[in-house]
Amino acid sequence: MLNALTLVTGIAALLLAAWCGWAAYRDQPTKDWHFIGMAVVSVLAVLQLVIGIVQLVRGEKPEQGTTIFVAYLLGAFACVPAAGMMSLAERTRWGSVTAAAGGVVLAVLEVRLYDIWGG
Amino acid sequence: MTAVQEKPARLISGPGMLLVWFYGVMVVGAVSRSVFQIATDFQRAPLAYSLSAVAGVVYGFITYSLVRGGETARKAALVCCAAELAGVLLVGTWTVVDSSAFPDATVWSDFGMGYVFIPVLLPISAMYWLRKSRSTVTP
Repeated sequence: MLNALTLVTGIAALLLAAWCGWAAYRDQPTKDWHFIGMAVVSVLAVLQLVIGIVQLVRGEKPEQGTTIFVAYLLGAFACVPAAGMMSLAERTRWGSVTAAAGGVVLAVLEVRLYDIWGG
Repeated sequence: MTAVQEKPARLISGPGMLLVWFYGVMVVGAVSRSVFQIATDFQRAPLAYSLSAVAGVVYGFITYSLVRGGETARKAALVCCAAELAGVLLVGTWTVVDSSAFPDATVWSDFGMGYVFIPVLLPISAMYWLRKSRSTVTP
């Protein structure tokens, strides 16, 4: 369950990165649609946070430790909203690049989460 | 106070925003990592964990300087980026030459390979950006 969600979130994050990267390539700032995309990815990250905590409460143990697992869950949760906020402050192509970088960072976090949970 | 007062030069416009993002990520990465490692298992690799903590503080200061803006902050950030680059190169070489000094990795091990070389690329691009913004910010 959690691993499937990790995979979906990771792929969604990469798609978001590609989409915002495309906007940057075309010299455009992030638009409403991009923010809706970020919201979708953020919802996935929230779901992951909730399900991850539920799994912990039910007594399952991540392979590499609970603290690290929770820290990465929180990081994944905050990642895209933070990048989105910054792209809102920077209304040029560089805001799009920042949002794309946010997607890439989230994808990396998802890979780490997969390892930490223990595949 | 008055309208005459100059606004501090913005360092986070354009590419600067991307730099702040990556520095922010590195702050969270380095600080949380070192706090966890120092709190749980400091004896295992005291040098490596302390270095991660120092790296986190340096990243934090650079992030703050970039966000704050202004000429002083720009110079301070430039110095810190140079220190950061020196740190990455020194620790990177050190970990390659004598890995026994580091039983566990730091953010700067192997030139930041575990972080997709961001630790070594970041100070270079930041210094380029900070030097470039000098000419544009002076009135």
